[in-house]
Amino acid sequence: MLIKKIYLIFTISLVFAISFWIGFNVNLLPAEASINAPIYDELFKILFIIGLIIFIGMTIAVIYSLFKFRKRNDQIGDGIALEGNLTLEIVWTIIPSIIVLLIGLYSYNIYDRMGGMKELNHNHEMMSSDTEKIWAGISQTSDNAISKNNLSIEVSAMQFAFLFNYPKGNFISGELHVPVDQKVSMKMESKDVIHAFWVPEFRIKQDIIPGQPTILNFTPTKVGKYPIICAELCGPYHGGMRASIIVEEESDYNDWFNKNKKSEVNL
Amino acid sequence: MTISIDPQKTNNESLQPKGWLRYFSFSLDHKVIGIQYLVCGFIFYLVGGTLASAIRIELASPMSDFMPRDVYNQVLTLHGTIMIFLWIVPVVNGAFGNYLIPFYVGARDMAFPRLNAVAFWLIPPSGLMLVASYFVEGAAQAGWTAYPPLSITTPHSGQIIWILSVLLLGGSSIFGGINFIATIIKLRRPGLKLMQLPMYCWAMLGTSLLVVLSTPVLAGTLILLSFDIIANTGFFNPVLGGNVVVYQHLFWFYSHPAVYIMVLPAFGLVSEILPVHARKPLFGYTTMVFSIMGIVVLGLVVWAHHMFTSGTPPWMRLFFTIATAFIAVPTGIKFFNWVATLWGGKISINSAMLFSCGFIINFVFGGITGVALAQVPFDIHVHDTYFVVAHFHYIVYGGTVFIIFSSIYHWFPKVTGKMLNEKLGILHFVITFIGFNLCFAPQHWLGLNGMPRRVAEYDPQFQFVNQISSLGALLMAISTIPFLINIFFSIRGGKDSGDNPWNALTPEWLTSSPPPVENWEGEAPLVEEPYGYGKQFSD
Repeated sequence: MLIKKIYLIFTISLVFAISFWIGFNVNLLPAEASINAPIYDELFKILFIIGLIIFIGMTIAVIYSLFKFRKRNDQIGDGIALEGNLTLEIVWTIIPSIIVLLIGLYSYNIYDRMGGMKELNHNHEMMSSDTEKIWAGISQTSDNAISKNNLSIEVSAMQFAFLFNYPKGNFISGELHVPVDQKVSMKMESKDVIHAFWVPEFRIKQDIIPGQPTILNFTPTKVGKYPIICAELCGPYHGGMRASIIVEEESDYNDWFNKNKKSEVNL
Repeated sequence: MTISIDPQKTNNESLQPKGWLRYFSFSLDHKVIGIQYLVCGFIFYLVGGTLASAIRIELASPMSDFMPRDVYNQVLTLHGTIMIFLWIVPVVNGAFGNYLIPFYVGARDMAFPRLNAVAFWLIPPSGLMLVASYFVEGAAQAGWTAYPPLSITTPHSGQIIWILSVLLLGGSSIFGGINFIATIIKLRRPGLKLMQLPMYCWAMLGTSLLVVLSTPVLAGTLILLSFDIIANTGFFNPVLGGNVVVYQHLFWFYSHPAVYIMVLPAFGLVSEILPVHARKPLFGYTTMVFSIMGIVVLGLVVWAHHMFTSGTPPWMRLFFTIATAFIAVPTGIKFFNWVATLWGGKISINSAMLFSCGFIINFVFGGITGVALAQVPFDIHVHDTYFVVAHFHYIVYGGTVFIIFSSIYHWFPKVTGKMLNEKLGILHFVITFIGFNLCFAPQHWLGLNGMPRRVAEYDPQFQFVNQISSLGALLMAISTIPFLINIFFSIRGGKDSGDNPWNALTPEWLTSSPPPVENWEGEAPLVEEPYGYGKQFSD
């Protein structure tokens, strides 16, 4: 009996150890390039470890049962007539309930830190945002009053391209340029069918819906070029509907901005 | 309570065709209808599988080079629609439900045999129509979700045929659901209490409630969508002031419960298979019943977790996160109970057992990714990516389809009186299990790293992992060969099984194999302990 208990404790510790080791050492996610990304990855790591413990534990239980309790050739008759065990059943109702509840509260916390529970706000001087009905997205803001320095971009999506309108420079670009470490606020609307704006390195996604503007705010943290991917089936060329977001140092961004601003005025 | 069926009025043997011809007739025998559902479903499974192979061939290279892009979208739309509406839903509900439920309640047939036959005969024409729409102007190409405005702007004929076909299949599903509820509640033999029913009856009762409550919503939605397409109304057309997100709410109000319509019957079937081959009573009967009903109730209030990126307000995101995650509790109870059923048994390691254990392992994996996907912040990154594709294939293929195969190995002797070949069966299991995991496990990584779903072309950095996935799909395609060989040879030349080869205690085994037309020669037996293993020898 004691030996059995030791085996059980040993197996459970082994499952936990393996799960934690994999959880901390195997990286399944792309680079982290926005404020949201490390927060997301923290949640991912927790869920990954809990998931591994349950999965490895259940798999071992099933495979062990198949070996240990397999019917030998000389055996006849049935197994034990065990129809249930109330204590055990209550235990495996309550423990998963607690785990699920804790995960829910934790992910609420993560979502709040990502800005998901903030009231949405968008400062576009060009638009009458008071009367407009704004649909939810993620608002990466610490408070409702967005500073004037914020970069506001209007995104329009159509089959099969994204266009980025910089109202302050009065020009439209097919590439999204943003300065690093600055809040970007995007108001997005679709010209035809539903599209979605997804940057895997930022861990954010928002559908772009015809007839209903959506908001997406984010703060890039790493200089580089990342793909913008349409994630909602939008027609035959859906797979090719991609653009790039170029995160650059503020001076580089300003050079790019001024260059484009001029050329637009000349037209 | 039981209505005894007068042989003069129903199922008159002299009026019904005999032999294999009866499977092509408007038969009223629930067993014939069950087999009709199963074989018809399996043929569509082969069609849907061929489409899946075409998708995996296209995705073996990063360029869109195997088929035209619009054809690719038609293929993925038909693959999803066929697999859901013509294979999984009709087979786990219609096929096994029709075959087993009258036995389990001790009846001679379903409550409404004619409605039952109508429900089946709606399926082949709507399925053929769906496949034939490819040759008209191109099949529907807006995905099985048919989100407007895409479904309004793509070629109309294909989309309208798709809507008509899904409406007919939904009608068939509702007829079936009503029939199951009536049969389980009203046709039980005298003396048989609800809490003595085999677990599959409870699963079918829960499933049928979901079917009856949610399918009409889908029907209404699709009728409105068809008005938008043919009559230029503006329910979901933003150009005319319609709201595209409302469609998504209505669609998922059916289509999330549809997941439970696909897995709850499988939960029931595995609860019948495990006790027989483990020679132990089903562990925790009462908690199993309550967890099924818990899943039914919760399953109706989780639909918006498909819409976390659609522009839903924060409170709604939060509510649906918690509700969805809590489904893991009743589902978890069932899995712990099944493992406890195995524990301490005398387990025969055969094909039915292996597929059931494969189901447990695959479904636990899919369930874990499901709880992760329920969390809004997690979902926002992976929504509409290959992570989701991998997740739901772990649920519907690794879960339900594994159980369909397990059930075929388990009940084949019942239906035919012949045994299936165990060596071929185990070979089938091994190839399916390896192929399935090779195909879908790598797709989690693809989704996390930036590959959206429903694309014909992708970033070349994902090529290697996609090729592994396609290799897995090839193995899955190959795995049907030993299965089909096994079926065809065993029907003719298989070993005679006798009436009850597994020494099972559930009522369907207490008659001859194959059973007579009205199930029992005499009165239906009263089975008070369908899982009383271990007791018969100790008495």
